[in-house]
Amino acid sequence: MAYSKKVMDHFANPRNVGKMDNADGVGEVGNAKCGDIMKVYLKVDDDIITDVKFNTFGCASAIATSSIATEMIKGKNLQEALSLSNKAVVDALDGLPPSKVHCSVLAEEAVKAAISDYYIRNNIAHDSELFKCTGCCNSCDNL
Amino acid sequence: MQRIYVDNAATTAISPEVLEAMMPFMQEVYGNPSSIHSFGQEASAALEKARLEIAEILGAKSKEIYFTSGGSESDNWAINAALSIGAKRGKKHIVSSKIEHHAVLHVLKRLEKEGYEVTYLDVNGNGIVKLEDLKSAIREDTALVTIMYANNEIGSIQPITEIGALCREKGVLFHTDAVQAVGNLPVNVVEDNIDFLSLSAHKFHGPKGVGVLYCRTGLALRGLIIGGAQERGRRAGTENVAAIVGMSAALKQAKDNMQANNIALKKMQAKLIDELLKIPRSRLNGDPIKRLPGNISFCFEGIEGEALLLSLDMVGIAASSGSACTSGSLDPSHVLLAIGLPHEIAHGSLRLSLSNFNTMEEMEYIIENLKIIVKRLRDMSPVWEKLEKEANTNGLQ
Repeated sequence: MAYSKKVMDHFANPRNVGKMDNADGVGEVGNAKCGDIMKVYLKVDDDIITDVKFNTFGCASAIATSSIATEMIKGKNLQEALSLSNKAVVDALDGLPPSKVHCSVLAEEAVKAAISDYYIRNNIAHDSELFKCTGCCNSCDNL
Repeated sequence: MQRIYVDNAATTAISPEVLEAMMPFMQEVYGNPSSIHSFGQEASAALEKARLEIAEILGAKSKEIYFTSGGSESDNWAINAALSIGAKRGKKHIVSSKIEHHAVLHVLKRLEKEGYEVTYLDVNGNGIVKLEDLKSAIREDTALVTIMYANNEIGSIQPITEIGALCREKGVLFHTDAVQAVGNLPVNVVEDNIDFLSLSAHKFHGPKGVGVLYCRTGLALRGLIIGGAQERGRRAGTENVAAIVGMSAALKQAKDNMQANNIALKKMQAKLIDELLKIPRSRLNGDPIKRLPGNISFCFEGIEGEALLLSLDMVGIAASSGSACTSGSLDPSHVLLAIGLPHEIAHGSLRLSLSNFNTMEEMEYIIENLKIIVKRLRDMSPVWEKLEKEANTNGLQ
């Protein structure tokens, strides 16, 4: 199993890593039992994601996917951020080993969970179907 | 950048003396040991000399030593051979432990599908099999007890002498996977009542792809590869003479230097363990005393092992982990789970395995960098954030 240079770069120098006080939306997905947890913090100003931070417990690809996902949504409006797919995350990292693709799903879900939290906090109507867990990591079965 | 190799339980470097012993068998003494001309007879003499030297170190007889491709082959062969002896008397039960190497465990899993029954003994929190459990697990129809000498992940050493004595008393065949033990510990097949033993040369500075199956005289060893007279007709195929000579040289060197090496290894091991235990929420896995002299197995809460390994690799340190992410499965190492660790802690495991090629200066470098890396990964971990919050709340109460 070998990681791309992009993955190693985002693992070694993660972008937007950290916590955020007074975030407008926070999303956390995954569980420690399975070995991956991602937490994404958003600052939203007039529908635009003006700042984003993440904290991740997990392997190199979990850290790299969270890092690049935050880069991909920063400065975007919420609708654009919601359209971020795990495939786009994988492509942006020049690929992931097959056993690590679930990390990109977690990154997509972490972003969506943070946006969902923002919608709920602000009483903004939204389609909850969009925010359903895909069950991709199978963590639910192991709980 | 400095490069430090502390993954010697995975494999070791060939020592210069071993390489030197092997060299003549590449281009000068290249005959086929089965040939009757002088080229062949020179090779054959070297082969039998190696066999005798290895036998003597293990307390065995020359004819009890079978050369194989390594530990996995020896494990597979021993288990199947023991069962074929037991089959003559309708024995279909095997006793093993939950912390065996996959070269044993996966063979047993397959045998279960083929109608055998296997009892996997629990281990205590330090990774050691309990003798009373073994005693009650052995039945009338038990064909084989297979328990490793020392564990590859957490370094715990099993009470092999007692296990061997118990098996002999009960009349049950006993195999031990001694891949991690041979070269590090004084292994004697007679004193320990061992019927089958597996070893692998590349774990003690010998070459890869060569090992031994010891099979006690009087046991009908079922052939593994048919089609030649090599290995008393039980494993056909022209012998890898250079590798076998290298294995013998490596074992002799390990035996001659065992005491000095053990002292040096234990000093480095103690240093690492003392310093790493100072990291908050870290734990040493395995038995503090009954453990391999070069093994250091730790868990660091709040971080994941693969991220830890890659971070170490970036500063030139080569180590290993039992985390799920390094195995390609969702579950962390079966050994760490067997000693009772919850998944979330087992994910943050690290194994450092030393050899006599390591130095105290290297230990300093490892400690310094490991502390920085653990902190860096914890600083970005939501699991660590929660653990800290809980600790603060508990502290306030």
